[in-house]
Amino acid sequence: MLIAIVFVISVGSFYLIHLLPGNITTVIEGPGASPENQAKLFKLLGLNKPIYEQYFIWIGNVLRGNLGVSFISQTSVASTIGSALPIDLEIILLSQIIAFAFAIPLAMRSARKPDGWLDRILSATSFTLLSVPSFIIIVLLVLFVSVKLAIPHTGPSSYVSFGQDWIINLDSMALPAITLAAGSFVLYFRVLRSDLIATLQEEFITMARSKGISQRRILWRHALRPSSVALLGTAGVNIGGLLAGGFIVEYLLDIPGLGYTLIQAIDTSDYLLVQGIVLVVSVGVVLINFFFDFIINIIDPRISRE
Amino acid sequence: MSNFGQFYAEEEIIHVEKPEKREPLGILFWVCVGWIGLNIIGAIFANVLPLINPLTQNYNALNAGPSLHHLFGTDDLGRDIFSRVVYGSRISLSVGAGAMLIGFGVGAPLGMLAAYRRGRFDSILTNVMYVLLAFPAIIATIAILSFWTPRSLLKIIVVIGVASIPLVYRVIRTATLSVATKDYVIAAKVQGATDRRILFRELMPNVAPIAISFLLIGVATVIALEGALAFLGLSVLPPTPSWGNMINESRTILQQNPWLAVFPSLAMILFLLSLNFIGDRLRHHFDVTEVKL
Repeated sequence: MLIAIVFVISVGSFYLIHLLPGNITTVIEGPGASPENQAKLFKLLGLNKPIYEQYFIWIGNVLRGNLGVSFISQTSVASTIGSALPIDLEIILLSQIIAFAFAIPLAMRSARKPDGWLDRILSATSFTLLSVPSFIIIVLLVLFVSVKLAIPHTGPSSYVSFGQDWIINLDSMALPAITLAAGSFVLYFRVLRSDLIATLQEEFITMARSKGISQRRILWRHALRPSSVALLGTAGVNIGGLLAGGFIVEYLLDIPGLGYTLIQAIDTSDYLLVQGIVLVVSVGVVLINFFFDFIINIIDPRISRE
Repeated sequence: MSNFGQFYAEEEIIHVEKPEKREPLGILFWVCVGWIGLNIIGAIFANVLPLINPLTQNYNALNAGPSLHHLFGTDDLGRDIFSRVVYGSRISLSVGAGAMLIGFGVGAPLGMLAAYRRGRFDSILTNVMYVLLAFPAIIATIAILSFWTPRSLLKIIVVIGVASIPLVYRVIRTATLSVATKDYVIAAKVQGATDRRILFRELMPNVAPIAISFLLIGVATVIALEGALAFLGLSVLPPTPSWGNMINESRTILQQNPWLAVFPSLAMILFLLSLNFIGDRLRHHFDVTEVKL
């Protein structure tokens, strides 16, 4: 299954450049490209050969880590992606930590007394937030937080990586991470809340209660594990949307991650770079999904047996 | 963007029961329906309504705040924000409706047929759809739109619509499966009802509530997606207003003119909220109880 999906993705990414109108080498390298460069690209893509052979040439290069050379920056696509990718991973990781840190305890609070005042407030808030796309959250956050509090706007050149100075790094990552966390929190909270409410009506919970186990222990030890299956499933499929949301947030805040790079590449018609990013990101999302499935199977072995 | 996760999160737990007593829809439901209706009317009749031309630049009123003449104020080129928001709804609404028309037009019949017929047809189709589902739809949409130039509204609709087919297929198939094994369907079969009759008279009315509430959430998701695409420069090109375009344009001049960001954002949020709310109420009303399949 995994192999089939990765194969489909690779064919799709490969075929992308054939969607371009006109002479591919001219479109990719720009009208001012020298004949040698055009010939080099022509050879790299194997454009004189039938299309299935072109695919094998291309996939052979990709497997050796050669995604082509961007004609604009003259740097290899693979190394550009390599330097941008850690930034996205960091933003996503931070946002997920924040989202889980809020969603799990709050969902438990809500599920303990469904239709209580806290549950009503949280449910209404999360339902409203569900309708606010992340790009609106970021614009409004920038408008009301950044502009008012005059948080410095770090440009792409002044970006500091975690290794260089983690305090400055975390400072600039806070706003994007919070924005992404808001969207994820809403989702996780709603899924976990409704699942916990269902779980808490199961017989083994009644059993645990009758044994006199404390409410806190029941929630954390007995109810969370079965309910976390739904939570992790949601988190897995959320990754794709999270990445896309992260792209926009990066772009707005000038953080030189994959999204920023992608949008610049689209703007400058740097097609090989776009193709490379699409391939890496798609395969990454699929792998993450499989990783989540794997974890879910460990938590609830019944699922894989079905 | 997080709405996309909602698709998955909620469609897996669909199960239909004939309702004993229906939960009332409530006043807020009708307020939301009215709001959606108002937006649709505004979008259709935008050029008939007494609005200022959304492309007319008034250099005497740049970045003006809300006033009687300019209800929502003007942008950095002196264009009327109110009429741009109304005209912008045309893009958002047509992308939302058009894409879902394609998604449901193809995905829903296939899903129903697969769940009713079962057998090899179902297993092949379902496997293909699952492979396609694993492909991150948002990334695919971004990729195809950035390569398939020149971009047009129609292409955007087609790409998003096609990308949504596997998702719609899965929801409708799951919903039909839970209905197709019901006693009344078997009874109809035993009585010798034709396939067509069973599909249209027995299955369709029972799948419809799920389909409609999913459709509404789908339209909301697609509209948010169009906004995101506008940010990436992949939607309709300026100066044509769309909600996403306007919010995107506002970000460089947030400090001078916050109204430019606030009003299109508000328009989008209220519209999406209404759609989601109607979808949610309908699901409760038809008692689509959330039972794990």
